[in-house]
Amino acid sequence: MRIVGARVIDPTSGTDEIRELSIGDRAGTIDAAGLIATPGFIDLHTHLREPGFEESETIADGARAALRGGFTTVCCMPNTEPVLDAPGLLEEVRERAAAAKAARVLPIGSITRARKGVALSDMAELADAGAVAFSDDGAPLQDARLMRYALEYARATGRVIADHAQDAVLAANGVMHEGEASALLGLPGIPSAAEETAIARDLALARLTGGRVHIAHVSTARGVALVRAAKREGVPVTCEVTPHHLALTDDWVAGDRTFAWDRRNGSAAAAPYDTATKVNPPLRPRADIEALWQGLRDGTIDAIATDHAPHASTYKDVEYDQAAFGISGLETALSVLLDAAGAGWIDLGVLIERLTVGPARCFGLDAPSLARDVVLIDPDAEWTVAIDALISRGKNTPLLGRRMGGRVVAAFVEGEQRLE
Amino acid sequence: MTPGRWSRHDILDVDDWSREEFEMVLSTTEAMREVLDRPIKRTPVLRGKTVVLFFAEASTRTRVSFELAAKALSADVVNITSSGSSVEKGESLLDSVRTLQALGGDVIVLRHGSSGAPYFVADRVEASVVNAGDGWHAHPSQALLDAFTLRARLGTLSNKTVAIVGDVLHSRVARSNVHALRALGAEVVLCGPPTLLPAAWRCGHAPAGVRVETDLGRALEGVDAVMALRLQKERMSAGLLPSTREYARVWGITEARLAVTKPGAPVLHPGPLNEGVEIAAAVARGPRAVIEEQVTNGVAVRMALLYLLAGTEVPD
Repeated sequence: MRIVGARVIDPTSGTDEIRELSIGDRAGTIDAAGLIATPGFIDLHTHLREPGFEESETIADGARAALRGGFTTVCCMPNTEPVLDAPGLLEEVRERAAAAKAARVLPIGSITRARKGVALSDMAELADAGAVAFSDDGAPLQDARLMRYALEYARATGRVIADHAQDAVLAANGVMHEGEASALLGLPGIPSAAEETAIARDLALARLTGGRVHIAHVSTARGVALVRAAKREGVPVTCEVTPHHLALTDDWVAGDRTFAWDRRNGSAAAAPYDTATKVNPPLRPRADIEALWQGLRDGTIDAIATDHAPHASTYKDVEYDQAAFGISGLETALSVLLDAAGAGWIDLGVLIERLTVGPARCFGLDAPSLARDVVLIDPDAEWTVAIDALISRGKNTPLLGRRMGGRVVAAFVEGEQRLE
Repeated sequence: MTPGRWSRHDILDVDDWSREEFEMVLSTTEAMREVLDRPIKRTPVLRGKTVVLFFAEASTRTRVSFELAAKALSADVVNITSSGSSVEKGESLLDSVRTLQALGGDVIVLRHGSSGAPYFVADRVEASVVNAGDGWHAHPSQALLDAFTLRARLGTLSNKTVAIVGDVLHSRVARSNVHALRALGAEVVLCGPPTLLPAAWRCGHAPAGVRVETDLGRALEGVDAVMALRLQKERMSAGLLPSTREYARVWGITEARLAVTKPGAPVLHPGPLNEGVEIAAAVARGPRAVIEEQVTNGVAVRMALLYLLAGTEVPD
């Protein structure tokens, strides 16, 4: 397939120019004038919910939602039921994903059996069976000794430990960031220190073992500073940030609906206590968001990952403190990020790097190739985030009803066009 | 007093109320007090209307107060009570809300253990929703009755200072009082153990016009009124406090501690009281206590709120 007339952004070569692309073996030409072509995005942090929670998401629907959002590869988290802690389960996930013929799905194995934090999974066997990384995401491993052993195994198997760095005792029953907004709303808070102390522990253990640690969804200014200092020292660490942590302040829980880069501050546009804003780690204040962008621009943060956490309405249409954590993010990520780029908060080339080459580097994957995995983006297309517009079964996004710019109009995976 | 001037459909919080709105409720409360002082404490302004009292958290005082208020306005009253969270019961709030909507009713008075639950309900029913206390968040009618009681004692709240002492962190009473007292021109001092004050407020980010102290002597110095908050026993088991004994010694409101306030400064308490813990028995039963006035005014305030939301005619 020939793609003609597109502005091709290639983070591998660092080029940004209008040129022709040739993808796969099939004949045909796409006139892509006015479109942007980039390598397919890689999401290091996706919850596909299958097996076990198919009312919230399936592998097939999640993989299709991924393509819609420009992600040609997603790494799926093992907090399913059963937990992805055995080679046969990884095989099952890969088979179902292959049948869906949408985004490529790379399973992440659990660090501990059933994510109970007590005994390690068979990590060497899981690595052989294709576990792309290890994580106990959602039930972060508290036992430092076990984390040390996991990092030793990670090093031996050439894999990464992706940690939801959070002190569970300090976070306790918090449901949002502990700060001025939580004080006024009367909601129990999660202090920034719950993330900072866990990151500091992870960095110390990575230094001790030489095992690679990947800090999932960093959300605090001091978390970014800790990673920056550790990288300077040569500690084997990478980290990711989510679009929602880059865009939404904790004031969104109180009803604010302005992105961090919009200067129309404090204008509440929605009712407070929308459970679509409930996410862990929680949405943080503006000062943290500014530090996240600084970290993203200077390379401290290697990747943007969605932490796509779809939930059926049963888990969200409840009281705020009872609601499940998580935001459905695959399909809105690009539009949010393009909005930030449009506001001058990041260069488009750097942004694409953090969605492609950056994440590949974190997990030691091959960089996406412009000959096989490609997305075509119409930067001027407008769309409305609506329940019917989302392919994902998870409609839990605080962006519902919002008019957004930028849309993926075609996606190629392994040389084959899978979204048109 | 024409109900047309009242523009809100629900009373979920007082955080965005204008001074005029507070004044309107307080002057309506004045009229309702007169009704309550009559031999037959009844006016027909809510005749034919149904008030549903939906209490999803244990409460006797507030429920009875709303019930008396609704009956004094000649409304029909329906009680729905349940204990424990909806999750424990296996009945979701959404399910309850659908039932409430199907039953009809003009006003739903909601008490719920989760902050924000009244917004959830108000978004899904046609009836007006009155928040009768949600989690740690808000208790509008309590703040209004406190403001009414204080104004009756002090004449005005402008340029007065009110100390609120105790478990501020978990207190919907404290939060709503901060908004109401500030809107009516008073300064607020919040005082309590460091673990029972919201972290952001303790660390220099308190709302405008609010001072935060951990030292009770400094908090009470020269204030015009003192409000003691109830200390829940479960705070001890959560490790937030070393002991009840220490709390009573350091933050309990005693006659000796009150020596530094303005002379005769009234003492309020939302009830129920832990005598000897947050308030000494001698204070609770002494001349400064206005706790019984609060209870009486509570009925009048709730009549005012129900009337403003659902009343169709002027009280006779």
